[in-house]
Amino acid sequence: MVEAPVRPYAGRMVNIEKYFGPVCALKSINLEIGRNEIVGLIGDNGAGKSTLVKILTGVFPPTSGELYVAGRKVNFKRYNVKQAHAHGIETVYQDRSLGEKQVLWRNFFIGREITLPFGFINVKKEKEIANEIMVNTIGFRGKGITVDSKVSVLSGGERQGVAIGRAMHFKAELIILDEPTTALSLKEVRKVLNFVHKIKEGGKACIYISHDLQDVYEISDRFIILDRGEIVASIIKQDISLKALDEFLLEYAHGLKDKEES
Amino acid sequence: MKRKDSPLAFLGRIEGLPVVGVLLLLYVIFLITAPKVFTRPLIYMSFLQTVSPSLVLGLGLTLIITAGEIDLSFPAVVALSGFAFSWCFKHLQMPWSPWIGAVLALAAGAVVGYVNGLLVAKIHVPSIMATLATQFFWYGITILIAGGLQLNIKEVEETAIHTILTGRIPVPMISTDPLFEIPAQAIWGLGLAVFIWFILNRHKFGEAIMFIGDNPNVARVMGINVEMTRIKLFTLMGVIAAFAGLLLTVEINVFFPTQGQAYMLNTMAAVFIGGTLISGGQGSIVGTLFGSYIIGSLQAGVVATGITSYWVQSVMGFIMATAVAFNVMIGEGQIGRLSARIRHWVVPARLQAAGESSKQDDMPS
Repeated sequence: MVEAPVRPYAGRMVNIEKYFGPVCALKSINLEIGRNEIVGLIGDNGAGKSTLVKILTGVFPPTSGELYVAGRKVNFKRYNVKQAHAHGIETVYQDRSLGEKQVLWRNFFIGREITLPFGFINVKKEKEIANEIMVNTIGFRGKGITVDSKVSVLSGGERQGVAIGRAMHFKAELIILDEPTTALSLKEVRKVLNFVHKIKEGGKACIYISHDLQDVYEISDRFIILDRGEIVASIIKQDISLKALDEFLLEYAHGLKDKEES
Repeated sequence: MKRKDSPLAFLGRIEGLPVVGVLLLLYVIFLITAPKVFTRPLIYMSFLQTVSPSLVLGLGLTLIITAGEIDLSFPAVVALSGFAFSWCFKHLQMPWSPWIGAVLALAAGAVVGYVNGLLVAKIHVPSIMATLATQFFWYGITILIAGGLQLNIKEVEETAIHTILTGRIPVPMISTDPLFEIPAQAIWGLGLAVFIWFILNRHKFGEAIMFIGDNPNVARVMGINVEMTRIKLFTLMGVIAAFAGLLLTVEINVFFPTQGQAYMLNTMAAVFIGGTLISGGQGSIVGTLFGSYIIGSLQAGVVATGITSYWVQSVMGFIMATAVAFNVMIGEGQIGRLSARIRHWVVPARLQAAGESSKQDDMPS
């Protein structure tokens, strides 16, 4: 493998720990995500997945540890959602990525408007670029959806597509998909997975979090398994079958597995 | 294939069109039922004058409701600002007293609004509760420092501020009637409507308001400072309400402690008739502009028709409900559904089914 010397990783966590009062939510997390890698983050409820995501996306800082994004060290004192965006981390949530009653072009640029003097929005430019993203990045061709459509007319899968397209447009190095397929029909899940493939094709990295092991298995290059705040395993897809992965996880769920096995 | 829009659906996308329709319909009805009053320009001039403070309040309130909040404290701000202006005018030296008074009045509005904003954004008091409380508080304070008395400021008519805010502008092109002059406050109201329209629809601040009203969690994860936006918004509302208070006080040349109280429900009715969503996320400035004129024209119009005064309130309520229903029915995106429904009423279902099956037969298999 040839590694780029300047930015070998899209994201890297070194000894990240997070305590909520006396409760340890994450314990010495060491994690590297390759520049064009899709990592499936797996773990039961309370394993620390969402804590990990929130640290990455700047919702709150860790108690200790270091985070590097695209080769740059993150200063947690000044790290917030806007900073995470500036570093190239974008998040696609199950249900809070888009404003439902708002038109699509506004959703693409909310928080990062293209402005004229005095903070007025350059509507023409925003619509142009939004249209460009819809046609070329997401591939919404001829579905009766335009940049002036409201999000509420889109299906669940299409909404995630818009959020993913937006993330790719803003040159995200690392896109985090936090349960993007929960509450979607099978057909819509398929659409979302196709969008995730586009991230891979676009040469970007992705952390994919889902309860549906089948989807995670299909889409990911590597699986990271979290259990009670610790990474217990990092398995490359070639090394394990879906069935074996499923059994492996079940053993953890039943508390049969010892930690040495990682 | 691009989705084809029927011309009807295109009309439905023009902001505020249903409200304009209702207003015109209303004037047509009044022209028929009270021709003596409504064929003369005087009544329209009087509307331009009386509606303006309510319109100004409605414009601010549209922003607040779009953000998913409510402000009940604006009547108190109207009174407080009127008092601040009148007091300064009475007790300070000319020529600066009206200007100091105006600045102080707007500043008082900003303070009230800022406190509202802090309560809502920082302490997380629901806005309906916070502003209900501040409405009582500031109203009480105003009565207290005014000693419950009114202040006559007749001399304000001689000042420049009176001319600027509420002067009469003759418009010989429209009417040569010497009685027909446009009140300056109508221009202020219209100008503010244009300004606020641009703020809501073309400015970062307005976009933040819409997204916060839609879903504050989305706004937050997209990097919008939700708290700061809410504080700014309530402060702006305070300043706008104070401006409405100035327009009112300078026009009528008197401050009285209960001024503003009458605006509470009328202003809200105007905003909702205009098509602003009570659930937040979407507001129509054009709708509020015409909604204010609907509400402002109702009472005088209904009285002029000669209906017994006992009926006036009920007729007004009926017209308001009709206006809102009309708006919902032909509002954005509803046209298609409505025309489908009309088709159902006009063509019996059985015939329709037969028509569709015959269409299928026509298709080459």
